[in-house]
Amino acid sequence: MKASRLRVVAAMLAAGAVVLTGCGSDNPTGETPGADRAYQGEGLAGTLTGVGSSAQASAMNAWKTGFMAEHPGATILYSPDGSGAGRGALLAGAADFAGSDAYLDEKELKLSKEVCGPGGAIDIPVYISPISLAFNIPGVEKLKLDAKTIALIFRNEINNWQHEAIASQNPGVDLPDLKITAVNRSDDSGTTENFTDYLSAAAPKVWPEDPGGTWPTNLQGENAKGNSGVVKVVSNTPGAITYADDSAVDDSVSTVSVKVGDEYVPVTPEAASNAVEEATRVEGRAKHDIALELDRSTTKSGAYPIVLVSYHIVCTQYESEKTVKLLKEFESYVLSRQGQQDAQEAASSAPIPRGLAKQALQAVNSVEVAP
Amino acid sequence: MSKQTSRAGDRIFSTTALMAGVLILVVLFSVAVFLLIQALPAFFADPSEITGGEGFWSYIWPIIVGTVIAAAIALILATPVALGVALFISHYAPRRLSQGLGYVIDLLAAIPSVIYGVWGITFLAVQLEPMYEWLAEYAGWIPIFAGPASATGKTMLTAGIVLAVMILPIITSISREIFLQTPKLHEEAALALGATRWEMIRMTVIPFGRPGVISAVMLGLGRALGETMAVALVLSTGPLILSLIQTGNSTIAAEIALNYPEAYGLRLAELIAAGLLLFIITLAVNMVARWVITRNKDFSGANA
Repeated sequence: MKASRLRVVAAMLAAGAVVLTGCGSDNPTGETPGADRAYQGEGLAGTLTGVGSSAQASAMNAWKTGFMAEHPGATILYSPDGSGAGRGALLAGAADFAGSDAYLDEKELKLSKEVCGPGGAIDIPVYISPISLAFNIPGVEKLKLDAKTIALIFRNEINNWQHEAIASQNPGVDLPDLKITAVNRSDDSGTTENFTDYLSAAAPKVWPEDPGGTWPTNLQGENAKGNSGVVKVVSNTPGAITYADDSAVDDSVSTVSVKVGDEYVPVTPEAASNAVEEATRVEGRAKHDIALELDRSTTKSGAYPIVLVSYHIVCTQYESEKTVKLLKEFESYVLSRQGQQDAQEAASSAPIPRGLAKQALQAVNSVEVAP
Repeated sequence: MSKQTSRAGDRIFSTTALMAGVLILVVLFSVAVFLLIQALPAFFADPSEITGGEGFWSYIWPIIVGTVIAAAIALILATPVALGVALFISHYAPRRLSQGLGYVIDLLAAIPSVIYGVWGITFLAVQLEPMYEWLAEYAGWIPIFAGPASATGKTMLTAGIVLAVMILPIITSISREIFLQTPKLHEEAALALGATRWEMIRMTVIPFGRPGVISAVMLGLGRALGETMAVALVLSTGPLILSLIQTGNSTIAAEIALNYPEAYGLRLAELIAAGLLLFIITLAVNMVARWVITRNKDFSGANA
């Protein structure tokens, strides 16, 4: 009787101890103790930790799987906590690389010199995702719109599908007398940032607001959480239109062809790649820092300018030689034709243009061990 | 068993219990301190740097009101239903049915909130949308039903209804347990005096159960105030408006859930400050509830 009671108490204490100590096992250095031992063959070993953009999450999974199949000793960990969280983790030295939908700003670049050596951190574009305009109009499957009309629709200033501005661009399409419900994202997101960036660049007169990750507060509109959330709402609501990462768009909705120059370009991976090919590098950055300035108002034929470019942000110097080796090998895989194809299959992203990939590879190869 | 060992057992148990009690206080206190420290920058930042550009209080005020509105809708809808179900189970239903029903109601509490959220957005909002159109047309003169109704049905009223379903099992199961504890002698005395079953319930069960029902409602309110995922998914957020069937309003928990992943720097401090206020509101609600319960105890008959 007594023994059993003591045993209960002991078990309770032990359980408490496990709970208390269990929280302390975070591993900020990314070195998994067992990883070296587990790997017996030649080649790469160790763990690479990344934190960042959730837009990259499914592509990252594909890269991880592909890379770890080739290098069984290596482990890639990626936690899709968000771009801001990723940059924060890299700058705090808690991650080996960050996934981010925005490149580092001046302040962050300065901060990065404290953790990443004198060269600071560099941005490497790895992932291009087209942003679709998805709509639900019963009986209509194809729709053409220019930037100005899109901006007016999302400002709720055009609020019927039979509006002159829409009808004039879509001759022969039988548009119903239906109220337009424009749906935006309720959460802070890189998709919103790129979409509003497009609107403010391509239709500056009707869209004076600064681009940002959250929808402008002076514009009232329906909203929903996440890419899948907005698409779900649109497919449930006749007359609704939204913007969403192309990977989230399914057959329940149709997508808009956007006016570029004199033609209307439907959303395709190739058209998105074409738009990124037109991008220029932000000036005044380090030699291997590939921060891209997209030309949203491009008139190049066959380019689809509403795209999201996501980066891997890496340090120019790492303490450990093993990390450098692993990082170079991993990023080379990500940028390779195979890696980009993996991402396209998993996340219907667009491949990085080969010219840009070459520059990115040079940037990856410039990473070195801290002296 | 000797006297000696039982005393040792007592000591061990009382120490463990004390530790458990102290641990809770320490955890609660650390949470409060953590929130306060992390939130400080938001309180002292330049008003123009805060989201909305007009300082922290004008940023937070609408979402505090939104939080209270959502919780109020949930309570107003859920409490009568929950009490009805609890009374039915405890005093009206045949024994076999009451057990099954109680089990099903408890099961509602086990459904994850994200499921409620998905149900709300894909089913409930779509079904309610025509009703909102109707309300806007025929009851639009009441400010809370002012049109034009949201075309997606993702409104404060939908969020409140989802919350009501979520807190229903909490209020029901606690009330049911309390009602079952009504002294049989009281009930039999009431019946012997010629009371009908409803009069018996009014005279004995309800006065006896009142403090318990109040704590049940407060527990439900706590869940409604803090519920994050369901509201974040269901509600189409926006600025504070009176109409419950238009797009708009937000709650603290939803605001945090939607913006936290991409927040850093001052924005993070703002969200943590919002969390601190939610913490304080919940604490205040609980303290008021305690006070109401102790005040009511003297008249409940529970101490008879």
